Amino acid sequence: MVHKFDTLGVKCALDVCSGTVHILDDISFRMLDFFDEEGNFNLEEAKKADCADEKCMEAVEELKELKEKNQLFTKDIYKALVAHKEKKSVIKALCLHIAHDCNLRCRYCFAHGGEYMGKREIMSAEVGKKAIDFVIRESGARRNIEIDYFGGEPLMNFEVVKEITEYAKQEGEKHNKNFRFTITTNGLLLDDKKMEYINENMGNIVLSIDGRKEVHDKVRVRVDGSGSYDSIVDKFIKVAESRNQENYYVRGTFTRDNLDFSEDVMHLANLGFEQISVEPVVAQETEDYALRKEDLPRIFEEYDRLAERILEARKNGKWFNFFHYMIDLHESPCAYKMLSGCGAGHEYAAVTPSGDIYPCHQFVNDPKYKMGDVFEGRIDMDIRDIFVKSNIYTKEPCGDCWARFYCSGGCAANAISMNKDINKPYLLACEMEKKRVECAIAIKAREALDEE
Amino acid sequence: MKHVKTLNEANLVNSVENGGCGECQTSCQSACKTSCTVANQKCEKKGKRGR
Repeated sequence: MVHKFDTLGVKCALDVCSGTVHILDDISFRMLDFFDEEGNFNLEEAKKADCADEKCMEAVEELKELKEKNQLFTKDIYKALVAHKEKKSVIKALCLHIAHDCNLRCRYCFAHGGEYMGKREIMSAEVGKKAIDFVIRESGARRNIEIDYFGGEPLMNFEVVKEITEYAKQEGEKHNKNFRFTITTNGLLLDDKKMEYINENMGNIVLSIDGRKEVHDKVRVRVDGSGSYDSIVDKFIKVAESRNQENYYVRGTFTRDNLDFSEDVMHLANLGFEQISVEPVVAQETEDYALRKEDLPRIFEEYDRLAERILEARKNGKWFNFFHYMIDLHESPCAYKMLSGCGAGHEYAAVTPSGDIYPCHQFVNDPKYKMGDVFEGRIDMDIRDIFVKSNIYTKEPCGDCWARFYCSGGCAANAISMNKDINKPYLLACEMEKKRVECAIAIKAREALDEE
Repeated sequence: MKHVKTLNEANLVNSVENGGCGECQTSCQSACKTSCTVANQKCEKKGKRGR
């Protein structure tokens, strides 16, 4: 399969199954239309369209040459790898819900004020340690183990975070495991001491901020309804600088209320942040801030605008990274990774404050998806199977989608919450993902052309 | 080539042989949590996989 697109003024062709990207001129871009799915050129059709002169045929020869080099019309040979995934997959990453409580009441929060539709509670060190024992056991031969301290707000229970971290490091040494920690915070309780501990021990910190003060304060409010921007922004700048602008993200959410979200990304960049992620909100359309199908043209326009602004900034010597435009065309993840997706339910699981295990943070407190608990230390293989057996070949729209290796079929939780079926992806998210991949590739193409 | 400029020589096909170690980060661990973006995850064998 070949996907051709014209984005940011560059014509590109992506060979979907090899991952090779070609920049095309107008003629070769046009001539691609006369190749079928298998890469056979149809001369008669080209002649009928008056596209068979010397230059056109020169372009055709080049496209044929790329096919010969397995860089165009490459076949999808990856279905056979699915069995490997099902057999070899082990839990190697946990999202620890350190606190089902929060000092903010963000309007769009999927945890509904940190409680996850349950009760307010915090994780004990005992539960956390059991979770560490569980993941050491479950991870088999995998050496790298990821622990994400999540909430609610994990800084509301930071002493336990520290105790679990120290325990994991100690047990990791015993069992030859390399624990890597991430913490996600809204920043309200962040102080120098916590920052120091986080910087010494955690490979990643995710700092929640939505962008411009008025955008942030409209949504990310305290219990009394007041905004939180002023209390966090200086602290976040300090975190970013203390980590040499690496191994962190400022992470925002855009909603229907700020479809001009490139302004928010640029606001964060102008504050000096170099690692930025601003993602679309996921919400049912009954919510006034939810994104709708009719918003897509505006969102696409904004993604283009953002890409242009990034290119412009970089040209002027101001570099920053936008998470969804990160793409390594030279050493992308392997085919196995492209089929595993996020690994929810078979590589990745969430643990609640009381020790219950769910496929990921988004399933927490849905009784249908409770997979077990850390005390018993076993997981429900039937639930695991639902997740491990779902892939781009079982999801109906993915088989024909050119972007399938970039998202691995999308978020399982979104599919279930929006369409009640893990094999029916949330199509609004698909459309945005496709646009982002096009922009990411087009940025690379423009930068390559500028270098010439 | 006059009409086409190839941007990368990478080939996902080659990774079938050398990939699958499973040591890489899970995507929700980076900055995600509500979407699934796999393509921007780092390969732990970067520079060693021969793609």
